[in-house]
Amino acid sequence: MIPDSAPIWLVIIVLGVGTFLIRFSFLGLVGDRQLPEWLLRHLRYTSVAVLPGLVAPLVIWPQATGGQIDPARMAAAAVTLVVGYLTKNVLAAIVAGGVTLYAMLFLIG
Amino acid sequence: MTATTTKSIFWKGVRDGAPFLLVVGPFGLLFGVIATEAGLNLSETMGFSVLVIAGAAQFTAVQLMVDEAPTLIVLATSLAVNLRMAMYSASITPHLGAAPLWKRALVSYFLVDQSYAVSVAKYEKENWSLQQKLAYFFGVIIPICPMWYVLTLVGAMVGETIPDTWALDFAIPITFLALVAPALRTLPHVIAAFVSIVLALLLAGLPYNSGLLIAAVVAMMIGAQSELMIGRRK
Repeated sequence: MIPDSAPIWLVIIVLGVGTFLIRFSFLGLVGDRQLPEWLLRHLRYTSVAVLPGLVAPLVIWPQATGGQIDPARMAAAAVTLVVGYLTKNVLAAIVAGGVTLYAMLFLIG
Repeated sequence: MTATTTKSIFWKGVRDGAPFLLVVGPFGLLFGVIATEAGLNLSETMGFSVLVIAGAAQFTAVQLMVDEAPTLIVLATSLAVNLRMAMYSASITPHLGAAPLWKRALVSYFLVDQSYAVSVAKYEKENWSLQQKLAYFFGVIIPICPMWYVLTLVGAMVGETIPDTWALDFAIPITFLALVAPALRTLPHVIAAFVSIVLALLLAGLPYNSGLLIAAVVAMMIGAQSELMIGRRK
């Protein structure tokens, strides 16, 4: 649960404004100008640099099991990754991961 | 004549955006459920989906707030997830940069992964006027963005009734892995993802949840650097 003291609306508004400014950056502010190649090269890796790091602790030390390694969640993560990689289909990967998670939880409890 | 073509191009956009309902709908639903389970009320949950309108960053922010990360870290990390959109903004500007400011602002608000990808791919194939390009863009977002709001709302309303046995704690990891897996298309992408994972785990004990941000910045730099090195060797 998010603690009561968290400034939720502050996060929503700053994140909203910040995200808009990122989207508006070239279209509204900088105009039609080529991004320098080194910057483009870094931007290409933002998603794969942030999301796996966010997920890794949740997979290895899930809160639901009190931080204990959980075979069901590990298997679900592995299946999601493999199906997503092979099919390049986000929805198929989510469904495969979900089915694996439920099947494993059902089998091993 | 031009009016009718522009109108048909708008509807073409609607049709081309429609398949993304299948991706955006479940995400919206999931965000509504997850945010509610994390303790956000209805207006806060909707505030996220309407004001931020960027799924991965919203999930990131909620997860980090659950982890009780400081606000600055929550914001920096979630905005880092959205940095890729600067690239979208730059690459759509040659097409829409001549539009009036308020239209460019509106396009920017709706510049999500799907509307960007579909529109720019189309612009490069067709020889359209500015009006036609704008009509197409706004067509594409019609099935995508309103659905994002509506299904977030549905998710937020059913969220509280979902029992713990559904193991929804694992919805965020599965969703993010599903998003990342298709993006692992080159060796530098794989290297960046690997560095991100290893560093995030090693630095998990750092104060203020700052480990993830450090891991992300280093992973981004190593990804870019390995692209250079692999490119040079070819």
